[in-house]
Amino acid sequence: MNNFIARRPVWSLILAVLVIAAIWLVFAPWSSGFEAIFGRKKLFLNAVLNGITLGGLYFLVASGFTLIFGLMRNVNLAHGSIYLLGGYFGYLAVDATGWWLLGFVVAFIVAALLGIVLQVAVFRRMEGQDLRQTLVTIGISIVLADLMLWWFGGNSYQIQTPTWLRGPMDLPLITAVKSSGETVYLSYPIVRLVIFLASVVIGLGMWLVLNRTRIGMIVRAGVDDRDMLSAMGVPIQLVFVTVFAFGAGLAGMAGVVGGTFQSLSPGEDTRFLLASLIVVIVGGMGSIPGAALGAVIIGLAEQIGLAYFPTYAIVLTFLIMVLVLAVRPQGLLVGR
Amino acid sequence: MALADSRARGASRAATQPNSQSAWLQNVNPAAVLVGVVVLIMPAIASGFVLTQIFGWTYMLGTIALSLMFLAGYGGMVSLAQMTIAGFAGYVVAILGVNGVPGGIGWPWWLAVPAALILAMVVGAAIGALAVRTVGIYTIMITLAIAAAFFYFANQNYAIFNGHTGINAVPTPVFLGVDWHDAIPSYYLELGVAFLCWLAVSYVARAPFGLALQGIRDNPRRMAALGFNVNAHRIAAYVFAAVIAALGGILLVWSYGEIAPGTVSVSAAIDILVIAVVGGIGNPIGAFIGALIYAVLKTFALDVLVAFGLDGNRFRLLIGLGFLAIVFFSPDGIIGLWARWRNRARRGSPRAQSTGGGHG
Repeated sequence: MNNFIARRPVWSLILAVLVIAAIWLVFAPWSSGFEAIFGRKKLFLNAVLNGITLGGLYFLVASGFTLIFGLMRNVNLAHGSIYLLGGYFGYLAVDATGWWLLGFVVAFIVAALLGIVLQVAVFRRMEGQDLRQTLVTIGISIVLADLMLWWFGGNSYQIQTPTWLRGPMDLPLITAVKSSGETVYLSYPIVRLVIFLASVVIGLGMWLVLNRTRIGMIVRAGVDDRDMLSAMGVPIQLVFVTVFAFGAGLAGMAGVVGGTFQSLSPGEDTRFLLASLIVVIVGGMGSIPGAALGAVIIGLAEQIGLAYFPTYAIVLTFLIMVLVLAVRPQGLLVGR
Repeated sequence: MALADSRARGASRAATQPNSQSAWLQNVNPAAVLVGVVVLIMPAIASGFVLTQIFGWTYMLGTIALSLMFLAGYGGMVSLAQMTIAGFAGYVVAILGVNGVPGGIGWPWWLAVPAALILAMVVGAAIGALAVRTVGIYTIMITLAIAAAFFYFANQNYAIFNGHTGINAVPTPVFLGVDWHDAIPSYYLELGVAFLCWLAVSYVARAPFGLALQGIRDNPRRMAALGFNVNAHRIAAYVFAAVIAALGGILLVWSYGEIAPGTVSVSAAIDILVIAVVGGIGNPIGAFIGALIYAVLKTFALDVLVAFGLDGNRFRLLIGLGFLAIVFFSPDGIIGLWARWRNRARRGSPRAQSTGGGHG
């Protein structure tokens, strides 16, 4: 951090100003003149919170994608289909038992099993041929999308939020001060906050496992040089299968989250594939912190765009991607 | 990779025969002559339905897939944004020309078409400039993101693209005293455009530019050391491919009379890749073979599936499984299968088969 400030004083200053401005925008009550120009503070706060929580969801999807890519150089374009499949199975489980948390377990297991089958039966056979692997994932996504359309139809499903997470809660964020002097605080759905916290926990957990454990060391070594790793006697195929299963399982769990936040319907697979692609391109391919940063940026851009200029929201995310590609084609948080 | 091997051999063969044009004329394949005669007299044999539904589709989708084949086969850049460029050109023709949306501009076709081609070249150059900043599988990711972004944008934007409805009631122009919407004239128009594009790609592949492009595909570093501007060649390839894709897209609009975001959806973009890969990415004719298979499947899948007692709506499942089978067993597509079978038949030994699927 200090190193960064010393090397890039101008950038650090700009970043610091931006952070202070953002904190002021979020915490200070807006004056009426300010609100006249920029719209109501409640709209802004909601957009920011929606963006950050959506970023949490994007992180869950994209971290699996980037983990698989980083280790196996496999652009898994069926990742969106795994997300949707996990969501559907989670829905079935929640619908049958009424137990929300069970949905996550079922979705994780189904998606991870699918990941294991894919890795063992398909990708192991064409190791090192990354273009062919990518083509295969495209074929798999076509097949899975049609199978899901067959089984679940074109309707949209929504997973029931459990009763203990329903309803809003007041946050210590001032949205307005009434003329009587009474301050109004923002109320926000609990479930979104809980899910965001859960994705932060998962992200931190992944970071800890990757950076502080032996398994993480093996995975990181594999990202850098997998040939040398297998030469050192590590059962590389086992590592590949584990990482693929975990990455797919995360996508499946994200499907349950997405089904609770929003809804599950055909076409969501493409949407989340696109989201993870852009997140990973922006953050840096193969980097977990990059996926976190990219997910928050894209989530914020999407929701703020949706709140302030709805027709061009998608253009904003796209422009961010173009900008990153133009300035830092390797992504924001990748050193190479 | 097996795909690259067969291409590389094609390139070296073209490179070692400087007077390849005369050799090419001498080596005209009798099969090619036969195919040419059959497609020319097709309107006399086939019904209007077959002409428009199967062959019209084959030529139009084949032209768009040809542009992808050019980029992927000669440039080594698998771009999923070719359908986007085609759809964009179609949108430009529909928006600038006569259409059913109130307040249209109403340019005649001879103004709208060049405008669409030029704009498509600009867009192609922009997409290329973005995509060449990365290589290999990253190109797929970036072009897929571009394709998806354009689809969502066209779907949401009402000011220009008229949102989900799209632009409808676009008439096919009438010129030279012919109504080009009729089955037979439109057949010849689509055939003519497809043939010219095929000719252009075959020519460019042997021209200095195409050879340099193939050199860049095989070893960008060496080509840069030889003084070639690698990125400029790649972007130029995107622009050339954009013109071909745009021609296909304009024909699509004229044939349907409308264009909607569904035309540029992600699944449509992926279908183009499927067509090019199934046909064979090493040879320009592969795009049309793939498109013919796709059109036949799309038209008859319903009847065939129902005949086998299956749900008739499972067309995409069929496409996906067929694509998987091709990628698994013959990475150079139908063309590769055929070449392998021919080699085996000629030499009578299984070892003589061309590039197998194994090494990569």
